[in-house]
Parts: sequence; C-alpha cells; structure tokens
Amino acid sequence: MLSVPLVVGASFAYLLLLFGVASYGNWRSAQGRSVIDNAWVYALSMAVYCTAWTYFGSVGRAASAGIWFLPIYLGPTLAMVLAWVVVRKMLRIARSYRITSIADFIGSRYGKSPALAGLVTLITVVGIVPYIALQLKAVSVGYAVMTLPAGAQATQAQDWWNDSTLYFALALAAFTVVFGTRRLDVSERHEGMVAAIAFESVVKLLAFLAVGIFVTYGLFDGMADIFARVRAAPELAPLLGDAATFDYGQWFSLTLLAMLSVVLLPRQFQIMVVENVNERHLRRAAWVFPAYLLLINIFVLPVALGGLLLFGSGTMDPEAFVLSLPLASGQHALALLAFIGGLSAATGMVIVESIAVSSMVCNDLVMPLLLRTRRFGIRAQGDLTRLLLRIRRAAIFFVMLLGYGYFHWAGEAYALVSIGLISFAAVAQFAPALFGGMYWRGGTRVGAMAGLLIGFALWTYTLMLPSIAKSGWLPTAFLDDGPWGIQWLKPEQLFGLSGMDNLTHALFWSLSANLTAYVVLSLWRGPTPAETSQALLFVEAFQRNRSTEPVFWRGRAKVQDLLALTTRFVGSVRARHLFEEQARRLGVPTVAQIEPDAQLVRQVEIALAGAIGSASARVMVASVADEDALALEDVLQILDEATRLRAHSIELEEKSASLERATSELRAANAQLQSLDRLKDDFMSSVTHELRTPLTSIRSMAELMADEPDMPLAQRQQFIQIIVTETERLSRLVNQVLDLAKIESGHAQWHNTDIDLGQLLAQAVQTTEEMFRDRGAQVQLALPPQPVVLRADPDRLTQVVLNLLSNAAKFVPATGGKVDITLRTSDAGVQVTIQDNGPGVPAAQHGMIFEKFHQNQDSGGYRPQGTGLGLPISRQIVEHFGGRIWIDPAYGGGARFVFDLPWNTMADTGATDVHTPAPATGHALPPTP
Amino acid sequence: MHRTRGSQRLLALFFAGMMVLNYPLLALWDPQASLFGLPLFPLALFGLWAILIATMAWLLEHSGD
Amino acid sequence: MAQKILIVDDEPNILISLEYLMQREGFDVRVARDGLQAIEAIESDPPDLVLLDVMMPGKTGLEVCQHVRAIERLRHVVIVMLTAKGRETDVAKGLALGANAYVTKPFSTRDLVAQVRTLLQAQA
Repeated sequence: MLSVPLVVGASFAYLLLLFGVASYGNWRSAQGRSVIDNAWVYALSMAVYCTAWTYFGSVGRAASAGIWFLPIYLGPTLAMVLAWVVVRKMLRIARSYRITSIADFIGSRYGKSPALAGLVTLITVVGIVPYIALQLKAVSVGYAVMTLPAGAQATQAQDWWNDSTLYFALALAAFTVVFGTRRLDVSERHEGMVAAIAFESVVKLLAFLAVGIFVTYGLFDGMADIFARVRAAPELAPLLGDAATFDYGQWFSLTLLAMLSVVLLPRQFQIMVVENVNERHLRRAAWVFPAYLLLINIFVLPVALGGLLLFGSGTMDPEAFVLSLPLASGQHALALLAFIGGLSAATGMVIVESIAVSSMVCNDLVMPLLLRTRRFGIRAQGDLTRLLLRIRRAAIFFVMLLGYGYFHWAGEAYALVSIGLISFAAVAQFAPALFGGMYWRGGTRVGAMAGLLIGFALWTYTLMLPSIAKSGWLPTAFLDDGPWGIQWLKPEQLFGLSGMDNLTHALFWSLSANLTAYVVLSLWRGPTPAETSQALLFVEAFQRNRSTEPVFWRGRAKVQDLLALTTRFVGSVRARHLFEEQARRLGVPTVAQIEPDAQLVRQVEIALAGAIGSASARVMVASVADEDALALEDVLQILDEATRLRAHSIELEEKSASLERATSELRAANAQLQSLDRLKDDFMSSVTHELRTPLTSIRSMAELMADEPDMPLAQRQQFIQIIVTETERLSRLVNQVLDLAKIESGHAQWHNTDIDLGQLLAQAVQTTEEMFRDRGAQVQLALPPQPVVLRADPDRLTQVVLNLLSNAAKFVPATGGKVDITLRTSDAGVQVTIQDNGPGVPAAQHGMIFEKFHQNQDSGGYRPQGTGLGLPISRQIVEHFGGRIWIDPAYGGGARFVFDLPWNTMADTGATDVHTPAPATGHALPPTP
Repeated sequence: MHRTRGSQRLLALFFAGMMVLNYPLLALWDPQASLFGLPLFPLALFGLWAILIATMAWLLEHSGD
Repeated sequence: MAQKILIVDDEPNILISLEYLMQREGFDVRVARDGLQAIEAIESDPPDLVLLDVMMPGKTGLEVCQHVRAIERLRHVVIVMLTAKGRETDVAKGLALGANAYVTKPFSTRDLVAQVRTLLQAQA
C-alpha cells in the first residue's frame, strides 16, 4: 500500500501534466501550427476507446472467462476495416454541414428535425451515465487498492457528502470545463483536448505494457510458463477455451456491439468525426488504431492468469490485478505507474464523453426549448455566445453528477464490464437511423423516430431496469416472474426467448425491433421534401462538391436580419468575415448591398449549426426569412437544375480543355508556317540578291559604255569582258535555281542508264584538269579494280562530282594543294570521297553548307565565286537516288566530302527497275554521319 | 457507397474477418492444443487479429483512394 | 576642290563600274571592300559622300551606317545605301539608321549621279 498523499499527489501532478499538454495543443493551434494535424495523433486519440475498463474490466473478464474480453476489441478492428469507406463519408458530411454531434447528424439527416435530435440526446445521456459511473468506480476501486492494506475491502461511503469519489467527480467536471469550454468554437474543435487524449493514450499503453512485461517475465518465466501452470491447475484450465460450451452467439453479439460502439459512442464520434482535421488521416488511423488495441491486449490474459495463480481465486478482486500484482511484489513505482495509467484512461474517457454530451445537450435539448421562450427567442437581441458556454458548462456538471449518482446507488453490485456493455447497447440503437440515413434515401424521420423509440424502450426494459433491480433498487420479482406475473414478459427472456445471455437477448430484441420499425415506417409514408433534400445531400455526399451542390431553399431574406442573427450566435467578428466573403462572391462592394440568395442563406445556416446545432439553426433562419415551403416537385426541380448545372459545367470543362488543345495545336502549326514562310522569304530575297548583283554590273558597264562613245579600247574591252562574265554568272544562277526548283518539286527529268561510276569520276577529273592545274593543285583518283555499275542519271551525278571538285579547287591552298578522290564499294552500296587540304569547314557549319545560298564566310576577305546553290542541288540529286551526302567531321586536314549511294538507286525514285549488285569487295567502312 | 476497387477489397476483408473470427471457423481451433507452449485458441485469435490488421494496413497504404 | 566619295561594295565588278563612273564625273574616289575597311576609311579621312552596299560579309552596310552616324564629327557625311534587296523593311531600317538615301540595284548610272549631286549640294 502507498500513502494517500503520494497517490493523490501523483494523480494531481499527472492531471496537471495533461492540462499542460492540452494548453500547448491549444497554443499551437492558435498559432496555426497545429500539433494534431497528423495521422498518428489522430489514431492515438481514437484510443480513447480504451477506458478504465481496459485496465480493470478486461483483466477481470479474462480471469473469470478467459478470452471473452477479446470481442470488445475485435469488433472495432473489423469496424475499422470499413472505416475508410463509411467513416470517411461521415467526415465528408460532417464537414460540409458543420455537424457537431451524433444527435446533430441524425437530426440533420431527417429533415433537420429538432425532435429527433433531442431524442438522440436523451438516449445518449441515459445510456452514457452507467459508463461514466464505471470510470468513477474503477478509479475508486483502484484508489482503494493503492491506499488500503492488501486484501482489505473498500467500504462504500454511505453518505454522499463523505464520498471522496464525489469530490473526484466534481474535480473532474471542473477539469473538463476548463479543457473544453474555454471559448465557443463554431467548428466544435478542441485541439488541446485531442492532444492531451493522444498523450494519455501513449501513457495508457506504456503503463499496461510495463505491468504486463513485469508479470510475465518478472513474476513468471514467460508466457509459456504461465500457461503451463494454468493447464496444470484443473480449476483454471477451462479458462483457455472449451469447444463444447463456447457460446458463439454471445461472441458474435459482443463483436457486433463493439463494432457499432466504436463509432456511435459520443466520445468516439467526437474524436473520429468532429475533431478530425484532415480526411486523409483516416487512411492511416484505420489500421494504427487496431494495432494499438492489439498491443494493449497482449498481456491481459497473462496478467489475469498470473494473478489467479499467485493469489488464488476468490481472495483478491481480479479486476485490480494490474495494481495488486506489482504492489504485492513490492514494485511500488510500477503500481503507481499502473494506477496513473488507469486514472489516465478513466479521465480521458470522462472528459471527451462529457464534452461531447454537453454540446449535444446544449444544442439539441436546451437551445430549442430556450429559443421558444420570448426571452431568448426570435425577436431577442444580444450575443448568445456567452449563454451557450454557460449552458455547456452546466451540462458537464449535470452529466458528471448523474454518473456519480448511478455509481453511488447502483454501481456496487454489478461488475464493471457489464455496466459498460449496457451503455454499448444503448448507443447501438442509433445504428439503423445513422447508417440507414447515410445509404438509404428512403429513410424518413418518422421511421427513425419510431425505431429509436422502440429500440430504446426495449433496451430500458431488457437491460437497464434489470441492472438497477440487480443492484437492489427495484424488486427483483419482475425479473424472475415477469411484471405482474406475466411470464412471457420477463425482461431477460422476453416472449420466451431463452438460451441467450442477457446481453445478446437484449441486443436481439432492441435492434431487430428498431430496424423493423425504421424500415416499415419509412416505406409506409415516403420522405417529405425537407427529408428528401437532406437525404440526397447525405447519401450522395461523395458525389457532390460545393459548387455543384444544390441548395434546397427558396425565399427572400434581408441581409441585415441575417447578419444580426449570425452575430448573435457566432460573434461579430466571424459574422462579418462570413458576410464579407459572400459579398465578394456576389461581386458587391459592401455587405449592406448584398441581395441574399440561397447560397448565402445556406452558409448562414451552416455557421449557426456549428454553434447551436442544425435543427435550431434551421428554426432561426426560417424565423428571419420569408421562405417558400418546398414541395416535392420543387425539391426535384432544384435537384434537376443542379444535376444539369453539374453536367453543364463538366461539359464546359471538357470543351475548354479541348479548346486549349486545339489552340496550342494551331499555335504550333502557325509557328511552323511562319518559319517556313520566313525560310521562303529568305530564299526569295537571297535569289533576288544573287540575280540583281550581276545585273547591276552588267547594266552599269553597259550604260558607262553607252555614255562614252570615245572610251579607250582597252577599257571598253575590260568592261565587255566583265559583262560577259556576269552574264554567264547570271545564267548559271538562273539555271541552278530552276534546276533546284524542278528537282524539289519533282518535275525534273531523269535520264537513268547503267553507268560505271569509276569511269564517270575519271571523266570528271579530266574535265577539271585545267582548273586544277591553274591552281597548282594535284589531283589523285583511287578506284577499285573492277567496274562499279549503278543505274542513275550520268549528267546529274557528274554535276554532283563537278560541284564537289570545283569547291575543292576553290579552297585548295595556293601552293601544294592536293585533292584526293576515292571510290569504295560495300554490301550496302558505293561511297565516293573527295577531300582537299584546304582550310576546311568549321564544325558549326557542317550542316549549314548544304543550305541554299549559304556561302562560306571566309575571313580572308576572299569571296568565292559561286552561287551558293551547288551543294543543295548536289544533296537533292544524291538523295533522289537514295543516298546521303555529308562532310566528314573527323577529318581535320581540310574538307572531306562524302556521298554514298545504295546499289538499288531506283528504290527511292519509285521506279521498278531492280539492279543486281556487282560483286562487292567491301573494304569500305560503313559511313559515320 | 464508393464503388472503387479499394473499397471493394476492404469490404471483402471485412467479411473475411467476420467469418474467420466467428462461428463456425472459430470452432476449428482446438482449445486443448498448444503451440510453442502457448494454448492454440488464444494464440490463433491473436494471430488472426494481427493478420487482419496487417492486411488492412497493406490495403490502405497502397490504395490510391 | 573636288568632292570626296567613298565606294563600299564586296562585289569587285560593281566597284569597278562605280569607281569608273564617279571618277568620270570628277569626284575624288576611294574604295573599300568590306565594312571594316569602310569604317577605317571614313574615320581616317572623312569623305563627303559614301556609296554603301548593304549585303557584305563581316560588318554589313547597316552596321557601318549606324557606327558612322553615332560619331558627332561625321554627321555631315552623306550616306547612300545600295542594295539588291528591295523589301520595304530594309528601306525603312536604313533610313531609320540615318542614311540619307537608298538606291536599289540595278540602278541607272545617270540617276545615281544626279542623286549624288543633289545630295551634295543640299549638304553644302
């Protein structure tokens, strides 16, 4: 045992630490750097599902029934498998419509019904009270174990004002108030609280694992040891499972119950849906949370069995093994840690649960009633935010006191685990209305209402009342014999259905009646227009986004009224902000000039819903606006418009995308055309320039001679010579331009015969002999021994060779010039090389020289007498016969021009003449371009 | 419901889990047997549980949903 | 005193004809075969008028014109551009750069002489 001050002090210190974490979380959130914007924090906060029950109840259950503690955790795991689909839809809906609680969700779905929301709230309050009591009980039991000598029984204080648990409850309520109701956040988010919950989840896990490890490996020799000893002890062996008597029905119903509760419990809904920061976090949290559950449960069975082995059954309360085992072994620090862990679990649950329930109570029970009174009602003025906060705080205390009350009067007789399951069964009643509402458009308010009422009634009768009776506050006669002796109305064997445990029995009756009533009544009379519109928005939440969402509202409203209304509930700052945004959307300069449309009204309603719940928000907005009642046709018409709008906008998007594509294609084509145009322009201007230059000389010379009849003969001779030369140049140019044009346009005439290429080359060399001799250059021709026969136009090929030779002659150095001509054959075709030892062509111009009118920009000032068309024409000719012509970049000793021709030169020209290749000697290398 | 492949896989996993962790498949594990000195039934339960979580994790982390 | 004319063209035969022409008309004629030579010649001994071909390797006639016009003391030099290109844009470019006149080839010798005399008289 530990001293009271130590235990109390440690507890208090821990709570302060939690508070510090929460404050840090709030501070970071205010700065915009949220700590909880993280999938791991989100997952850990979901672990608020593990309450003091995990610490004490599970162990107790394991000690008495073996693995029967597991379904409570298997259920959530299975539920989370579907979470990414189902819970995500809930997140989407909640975010779109500012849903702040499960009551709000259900009420909003069925036509924003205040009555339905109120009913859900009532059921929640009644259902959750036992659960809160359970936490208080766990803490008080734990406290007793820690501070009293081992084995001593804690005596329950008879007077409530003496009961330390009461003060603990009050302290916890105060703590919660500070945690969660500092200010009214219209999104109902409590970032600090979530941070603290995530933190305490870690503490919970670590403490439990610590105790587990200690018991398994400290007190025993590992798990195998424990189980071996259990098998040896005959009274304990059945705990490990007995196939014959395994109640599969109960197993299934427990699993199902836990599956539903992990979403429907107020604290779970609050954490999972309302406090969610980012939908995407759900993806990771959906498996991290079950992993957490697995981890925290690993040592439950060992601890329980270990406790039974050590203490024997019947002496120590098994539910407190997690504390008593370390205590008995003198591990006081570990025991304190475990107690802190259990305390942590309990406080976490209570805080979140009471915050969630208090907001429900405020928005869905109190507010609707208040708004009906004259004082706070429609025509009242004044800021209601402070009032709302006060109502919430009162609700927290109220719920806590109710919990204490249940604990005091009814908690003694019942084991913890059973109390918890009663609460589970209560919230399970929401399942048909909630999930049906999300996936079935046909669910109506009447159906949901009927289902909830009948389910709740049966729950009360089959579970709640028996539990109170078993605690001694009601005569048990009606349990054993049925009310007024009517046997088949026995609460735990209704209509004679026996053979089930009481939980399965209750669950069966309440859920089936609930579901049946829901379906039957929904089908009996279809949904009203308001319900239809809400149904559409909920069921199709994934398909809709803000812009294409239909707004089911028709009417008129004044902007001042709306602004005043919003200010009352949301505060002036937020109201202003909202309206200014709307003014921007409508394109109006000031708020006062806004003409409220359906969108604005909807935004106002959503903003209000965050503060007072959807149902009350609806009521308030309806009170200031002049609304047209929507009939079903109106709803369908609006929906139709919205659908058409959406289709239209999709179409528009597609059109604009294709338009963009067309435009860019057009632009590309235009650019290409322009460059071609420019090329043509350049060509034209080059041609005109080349034509006009010789013409200028000719004309000038002729005019000069004409003006001066008595010009000296020598001078006259010179001028005439120039005229002749320039005329030749001109006609050469004209011929070449026409030639090129003909070849390019395909109108050239080709006279193809079989030619011996070697002979052709030799002839060309002969023709240019004089030219080279004048330049003092040596020409060498290397030919293969056998004839090289091709089919081509000999004149054209000669043209090419002459062009290359004259180029070589132009650039060969003045002394020691050498020109080498080589002919090679290979399997592919023939190759002719003409190289000189002149200055060569710079690498940058290797491609350009084959362009029209490109002239080598010789820096020596020497301008070659050429037309600039020789090489382009040569290229056209060579390519016409399927060959290639290029300048060898690797040759540095001058310019080396190479052209090759395939054996089958006629292939490119389209003629069917096929030439059998001459035997190839093939000592040429394939060309390197 | 979101009719994508990812969500269909999750639905399938859900039903598989329900079947594996309930009657009748659960009855297949003999409570008297043991593996590594640990009783088979609890071990199987935890094992299946772990496999379920791992499969879920793999499906979720790899879905493009 | 005879007026000085500088003839700039990369075409040797055109140079010959222009040189002969201008000499016959009594001008003091110098020649340059490319842009750089032209700039050198103009700067060292400014002529009264320059017959400037546009299409030349290295520095084009337009560049020469721009260069000369940038020099204050050479503002009085008359520049006549000669070119085989006749596009309007080139004309505009030349005039914008400060050429006094623009003559397309082939030209009439008589017209060219008349224009030269007019320009020189205007300058005087």
